[in-house]
Amino acid sequence: MTAASVMTPLAARVARVDKETHDTFTLAMESGNGVDLPRFRPGQFSMLYLFGAGELPISISGDPEKPGELVYTVRSVGQVTYALVTRKPGDSVGVRGPFGTQWPLASARGRDILIVAGGIGLAPLRPAIYHILRQRGDYGRLVLLYGARGPRDLLYKKELSAWSYLPDTQVLTTVDYGGVNWRGHVGVVTTLFRFIRLQPGQTTAFICGPELMMRYVVRELETRGMPAGHIHLSMERNMKCAVGFCGHCQMGPHFICKDGPIFPYPEMRPWLDRYEL
Amino acid sequence: MTAKAAMRKQFTLNPAALEQLFSVLESHDFQIVGPTIRNGTIQYDYIKGCKELPSGWTSEQERASCRLKRRKDDALFGYVPGADSLKRFLHPPELRLFRAERENGVFRILDNPAPAPKLAFVGVRSCELRALSILDRVLAEDRYPDAAYVAARRRIFIVAVNCTEPAPTCFCTSMGGGPEAGGGFDLLLTEIVSDNQHVFVAEAGTSEGSGVLAVLNPGEVTKEIMAALHEAMDRSKAAFKREVATEGLRELLYESFDHPQWDRVAAQCFLCANCTMVCPTCFCVTVEDSTDVPVRRAERWRKWDSCFTQNFSYIHGGSVRLSPKSRYRQWLTHKMAAWVDQFGTFGCVGCGRCITWCPAGIDVTEQIAALRGTAAPAASDGAG
Amino acid sequence: METQTLVGTLAKHPFLVGMLPHHVDRLASMAFEVKFKQDEFIFREGDESGFFYLLLSGKVALEVQAPARTFRIQVVGEGEELGWSSLLSPARKCFQARCLEPVIALAFDGVRLRGACDADSEFGYCLMKNVLGVVAERLQATRLQLLDVFKPVGSKMI
Repeated sequence: MTAASVMTPLAARVARVDKETHDTFTLAMESGNGVDLPRFRPGQFSMLYLFGAGELPISISGDPEKPGELVYTVRSVGQVTYALVTRKPGDSVGVRGPFGTQWPLASARGRDILIVAGGIGLAPLRPAIYHILRQRGDYGRLVLLYGARGPRDLLYKKELSAWSYLPDTQVLTTVDYGGVNWRGHVGVVTTLFRFIRLQPGQTTAFICGPELMMRYVVRELETRGMPAGHIHLSMERNMKCAVGFCGHCQMGPHFICKDGPIFPYPEMRPWLDRYEL
Repeated sequence: MTAKAAMRKQFTLNPAALEQLFSVLESHDFQIVGPTIRNGTIQYDYIKGCKELPSGWTSEQERASCRLKRRKDDALFGYVPGADSLKRFLHPPELRLFRAERENGVFRILDNPAPAPKLAFVGVRSCELRALSILDRVLAEDRYPDAAYVAARRRIFIVAVNCTEPAPTCFCTSMGGGPEAGGGFDLLLTEIVSDNQHVFVAEAGTSEGSGVLAVLNPGEVTKEIMAALHEAMDRSKAAFKREVATEGLRELLYESFDHPQWDRVAAQCFLCANCTMVCPTCFCVTVEDSTDVPVRRAERWRKWDSCFTQNFSYIHGGSVRLSPKSRYRQWLTHKMAAWVDQFGTFGCVGCGRCITWCPAGIDVTEQIAALRGTAAPAASDGAG
Repeated sequence: METQTLVGTLAKHPFLVGMLPHHVDRLASMAFEVKFKQDEFIFREGDESGFFYLLLSGKVALEVQAPARTFRIQVVGEGEELGWSSLLSPARKCFQARCLEPVIALAFDGVRLRGACDADSEFGYCLMKNVLGVVAERLQATRLQLLDVFKPVGSKMI
């Protein structure tokens, strides 16, 4: 009976490992045993299992329209993530999922899209960007504000540059600490708001980054008149199961794994500022 | 008693028929789990026959205290439930999720058939039936069913017993229940024991239960027996000592986030997690991975976890709930508030286990009263 | 720049939002346009606080130099302000301002501005209120920066 259980991973095969930054890698997985990898919706995550080492929730960062492949961007910060990014093509990695809610791309149709990402938080937003760029006519202006610690921590640099040349698309990046060779912006991501034209009434915002960053971004957006209902956040908590059994990811009444990770801001507002909730 | 329950046909069984019940269940391949004396307490375990039931024994329970005590009669079910509930058997403390083996970097998940045994539970109280329906909601009826739980749950037979012996720690009557089982059983017994008679009033809750009951050649219920049954239940209902005011409880908990009572209870709490282990509805688990030394075989186990541990809320960078008070608050707020939002009921049936088995003598009913401001802040009177 | 164009340009700068027209005129009378080339320094650490700038185009990095290292603290650009310390009593610059792109700005002599503020306290109050807004915003951003929210805190780094 465990074979059919949602707790049993599918052994997928590592197809590619690309180095994004000094500590962050993108892994592409393909079917490992003839069983098709499942499709996913932008914003969802998988549980990646490393043989004997453990399992972690990792956002899917690839193109939702590219079937047969699941792509993850992983920052090596611990034992399991280190083991993940040092896989070689051909190795097995266990995949469960995809799990969780998606960015509300359908209800955002016809509106401007503001994406605010911090650090590795750009990863779960990339599938949404791919979707928007593919269905370009369905959406208004696309603005991407992206902050990272330093220039060497910026993800997807080539794509960021390519997107910035697209019509009706504005891409602004900033770093908290710049070196002398960095010609771009220095300052926290909220300092970028001065440089964009925001039409609060017709914009939907997708935000993903450290919780502190998201809190400040939401405050900035509300100051600029954005209705709370059009702000969406991707949340993070400890997860052991991803399906609501383990209880670890609770935040107030919400299970981040199955009720989220993406929430409309009004659902999160009562819980965000509560220390040790 | 519900209208439906009132319509059920009632019979009598003598103690000998109860012995026969065990044989019938075993002949249907059930392993029987019932109350028995182990390690100086009465607890659920696999038992072979009536003789292993705690005949003539009960346990005295109060906060931080549980003592075996001889009864004046030979009642089989005159005990107060022990630390474990059905949770231990249907949502076990440790469960292997899978085994896997690896060669040249490629692993495969080995078939891991975990045959769910057919379990017959004997002596199940109303609070435990309600706890089971809460676990069903969480583990079987939510978006993702827990395969192991569903498989085990599907194959059980329940012989419930109306509760004639509530402990001073019990408060099920506050949590929407009571000593009488409302449903969720295959067979329901009420034990009537006095100087001149020892008899069980039995009724079936399912067709399987009817089938089993028919084999036991039950007798007719007399007026005298019915009178004794009502008297026993009335005595039981009058025996409850603790209560919780549940009106607006969800809102109270959410609004009490900064209440100073959390600091007071944290000063007593050892963070031992006993309350979550003995709670019949606490379902949280963690997973653990292991390998052999050449890393060719691996196993993944699921184990009970508790929101009282520091690692429970660990995210990259540290634990969200560092302070003891935040962990007690999480537990109680989940039970009495968030659970309502998540699953439509409280996560508490009022069984009182967390009061009995808290080594610090923390009483959940006092904590709630203190948050309401209807009681003096829980002092450590009588605390173990 | 013609006076009229100057007034128009000034009035559109976010720094002057909410200022009364005669205050804008007064500022315009003190403003002059300046241009800097890429990589040119507008000021250096230790310089006497001289001018207050409203940036019209281009980007300026605020940096501090240490042996073998340059820390880039902040980048300001079009629609932002530079050199607000010149509005206070004389002090020395704590940072250097390097143009990352060709920069066009309106410059104001700090001494003259301070003089105007002293002479007309209503004008001074309005100007200082806007300067305080800029300083508060910078302080807030700097505090967020101090939080270093992207800092890796895990057990092992590669």
